[in-house]
Amino acid sequence: MLSLFTDLATWLVYSLAGFSPEARLGQSLHFFVEDTTKIFALLVIMIYSIALLRASLNVERVRDYLANRHRLTGYGLGSLFGAITPFCSCSSIPVFLGFTSAGIPVGITMAFLITSPLINEVAVLLLISLVGWKVTLLYVLVGMAVGITCGALLDAFHAERLLQPFALKAYRNASAGQSSGASRERMTLRERHTFAKDELADIFSRVWKWVFIGVGLGAALHGFVPQDWFEANLGHGEWWSVPMAVLVGVPLYSNATGVIPVMESLILKGLPLGTTLAFCMSTVAASFPEFVLLKQVMQWKLLIILFLMLLMAFTMVGWALNIGYVG
Amino acid sequence: MKEIKVLGSGCTKCVKTAELIQSIAAERGIEVQVVKETNPEVFMHYGVMRTPAVVVDDELKHSGSIPHRAQVAEWLD
Repeated sequence: MLSLFTDLATWLVYSLAGFSPEARLGQSLHFFVEDTTKIFALLVIMIYSIALLRASLNVERVRDYLANRHRLTGYGLGSLFGAITPFCSCSSIPVFLGFTSAGIPVGITMAFLITSPLINEVAVLLLISLVGWKVTLLYVLVGMAVGITCGALLDAFHAERLLQPFALKAYRNASAGQSSGASRERMTLRERHTFAKDELADIFSRVWKWVFIGVGLGAALHGFVPQDWFEANLGHGEWWSVPMAVLVGVPLYSNATGVIPVMESLILKGLPLGTTLAFCMSTVAASFPEFVLLKQVMQWKLLIILFLMLLMAFTMVGWALNIGYVG
Repeated sequence: MKEIKVLGSGCTKCVKTAELIQSIAAERGIEVQVVKETNPEVFMHYGVMRTPAVVVDDELKHSGSIPHRAQVAEWLD
């Protein structure tokens, strides 16, 4: 079914506009048209249908569910909910405080917050349509593993000591035991439709420009970087290429929607999977704007630890996958 | 006069929410005082986890999105 978009691009770029399939510009344009039309069509259909299904799942319910969980299951569940619960990154701080003041350990909260930007329905959808289900599955597993591991490590050295004083106080007070009653009213189909419509408009207005930027970059890479360049220079998973990819990804700030088309292009060019994933995850999850926001609830020391932890996690993931992939 | 607080980290949605409330109040000739609140301790006080949130006369009315016009009108009346 997805070949429909390939045909559309072929018709538009090669037949109608008369570009040559052999020329670099023609190839770039074909990549651009195919990916943007495919992505926009899928986004509209999928965001709406998924929103319809999960209309009644919100962060308040997740908090009540995660409170008083055993730690071991808590990290996995925190990460899982991070992947499936919709929330905008500008809500990171209130979500963090809401979880903390319900007595949820910092590690479980962070497992939620780290996984959230990495995995969401838009990312999974794009991955499946652009790079296939195997890489998608790997991406999801790696994303959750990073969230779970960083969360568990943060609790292992009692990261709550390094919160801002008011947040620590809220956590300690909550640990004494109090519950909050989030509403659990049933939603009618009409309410679900309104929610899904709003959600579609909201997500679409946030991601459409990223699709253009991401696909544009991917298309430029696709058409203008010689096929053997990556193969020759980075194709053997040289050990230094992974930490370098992670560092290059830090100042580049993008969300998953923007980076996945680039990822597709990098993989097609023969960049090893580990290096590609390390680069993309670092771009999405280790971004300065997010970290500056977290400063409101964390002390500098904890922010720096968290940042380094993420960079190391992505590097190790990249190495492990490259050994499996190239070796 | 109603005192309305818009809780949020200063993202565009929060700004739009404040503007929406102000414009609807002006249309209806209702006097309101709209304050934008970015202090995380205040979010915690009202138990808000999704922004933008709207507090009217110290009561939490809405959380998680730009409110619809009809909702805003209801709070103002």
